[in-house]
Amino acid sequence: MKSEIRDHGDVRVINLSGKITIGSGDVKIRELIDSALADGKKNIVFDLAGVSSIDSSGIGELVACYTTVTKQDGQLKLLRMSPKINDIMQVTQLITVFDVFDDEQEALASFD
Amino acid sequence: MAHAPSLHAHLVLGSRFEHIEIAERTLLDLVAQADCNHDEQYWIVTALREAIANAVRHGNREQPERKVRVDYRIEGRTVTIRVEDEGDGFDPGQIPDPTREENLLRPSGRGIFYMQQFMNRVEFSCAPEGGTTVVMVKELLPNSRSDGNEE
Repeated sequence: MKSEIRDHGDVRVINLSGKITIGSGDVKIRELIDSALADGKKNIVFDLAGVSSIDSSGIGELVACYTTVTKQDGQLKLLRMSPKINDIMQVTQLITVFDVFDDEQEALASFD
Repeated sequence: MAHAPSLHAHLVLGSRFEHIEIAERTLLDLVAQADCNHDEQYWIVTALREAIANAVRHGNREQPERKVRVDYRIEGRTVTIRVEDEGDGFDPGQIPDPTREENLLRPSGRGIFYMQQFMNRVEFSCAPEGGTTVVMVKELLPNSRSDGNEE
């Protein structure tokens, strides 16, 4: 999995690409969240446009990140999920937990 | 009348997560020969990855010397994948439903759910001497090329 960080004011957008799967990507997204919080960035967007697959460990880590950020009075939102990742979020019912956006400007504005 | 070939492969892997990639590539080679469509391929691979991840983490407790055996069989339009570990076994009925509201924020416990969602049949069994076996079956959609070959 690869990542790229872009800060827009108080919001950190993290582009993720590749696989978020057990033993690699799942740990990396936790580190990215820890790093954002350490930098004082509590409003975070994961841009998932480049993510090809996410297994149950990756989903579990997304949930753990959501909980960590929320406990710090921040918000974690998701941007540009592929149809397959959207299917997974639907069947796991996690679509009811996360705020999900297709447009980055809308995602950024949602923190105001 | 043309008949789809029977395809079979068997892998014995050490208990390391990186070996999931080997198992995935083997499956992709087989399903490509079966003219599996892209969506079916994606979901079968997803289920396979979960089964092996469970075997490595929960079954074999990430002890590399313990083996994970993966058996693939494609007969006609039926894909059967069998994954065996050398762990102590478990009761899948004890895994809580991850889609219930009270479980949504649990960071684990979705692997079996993934398998059950993406395959037509998933069955677990535990041998008396130890080890869990999961058998997953996927019925592929009829394929246009083989249909066209039928006489």
